Amino acid sequence: MKTLALMATLITGAILLYGTKDFAPWGDPDSPPNRHVSPYYIEETIKETHVPNIVTAVVADYRGYDTMFETVVIYCAGLVVVSVLRRTKP
Amino acid sequence: MKLVQERAKTKAVGESLIIQTAVRLMVPFIQLFGLYVIVHGHYSPGGGFQGGVVLGASFILLGVAFDLKTSLRRFSLGANAVMGNIGVLIYAGIAVLCALLGGLFLDYSALVRIIPLDPVEWRSLGIFLVELGVGLAVMSIMASLFWDLSSGGEMDEGL
Repeated sequence: MKTLALMATLITGAILLYGTKDFAPWGDPDSPPNRHVSPYYIEETIKETHVPNIVTAVVADYRGYDTMFETVVIYCAGLVVVSVLRRTKP
Repeated sequence: MKLVQERAKTKAVGESLIIQTAVRLMVPFIQLFGLYVIVHGHYSPGGGFQGGVVLGASFILLGVAFDLKTSLRRFSLGANAVMGNIGVLIYAGIAVLCALLGGLFLDYSALVRIIPLDPVEWRSLGIFLVELGVGLAVMSIMASLFWDLSSGGEMDEGL
C-alpha cells in the first residue's frame, strides 16, 4: 500500500512538473497575464474600488471567492483541532 | 530578599520577572498594531490575515510568558468560539447579502440599497468589512490552535 501511494505521488508530481513546461517564461512582458490582467488592475483599481493598495483590492474584491474559502480553510483547521484535542467544556 | 527567594522556589521553571513585565508592557501595543494592520489594509501592506495573526500572537505571547490560565482569563474559550464563528459569518454573510440585494455574490456595490452611498465607495467599505471578519476569525483560531496544541486539549498548564 505504501509503495502504491509513493507511486501515485511520484506520477502526479511528474505530470504537474511536465505541465509547468507550458507556463509563460518568468517575467516575460508579452505573456498573457502581463498583457491583459495586470494592466487592467493597475489602471482600473482606483477608479473601480477607491482602494490605493492594489493587492488588497485584488485579494478582497476581484478575487473575493479565493479569500473567502481561504478563511473557511483556516476555520476548518481550527475546528478540527478543537474537535480532536479539546476535552473541556467550552 | 527572603520574599524573593521564596517566590523563586514556588515559581514554575522558566518564569522570569523581566520577561513577564516586558510582555505586560508590550501586549497592548502589539494588539494596537494588529488593529492598525487590519484597518490600514487599504493604504499599506496588511489586511485581515496579517492583522489577525498579530492579534492572535499577542495572546500566544501571554500564554508563553505567563501560563495558559492568564491567556484564557484575557480571552475566554466562549468568546473565542463566538468570535471565530462570527468572523467567518461576517464574510459569508456579506457575500450572501450582496446576492440577496440583487447584485452578484461578493459584489459589494449591491449594498447601496441598505445605505445609499456611491457604489464605488461601497466596494471600498465592503473590502474593509470583509477584512474585519477575516481578522476576527484568524485571531481566535490562532489563539485556540496554540491553546489546544500546547496543552493537549486539557487547558491546564500549557508550555
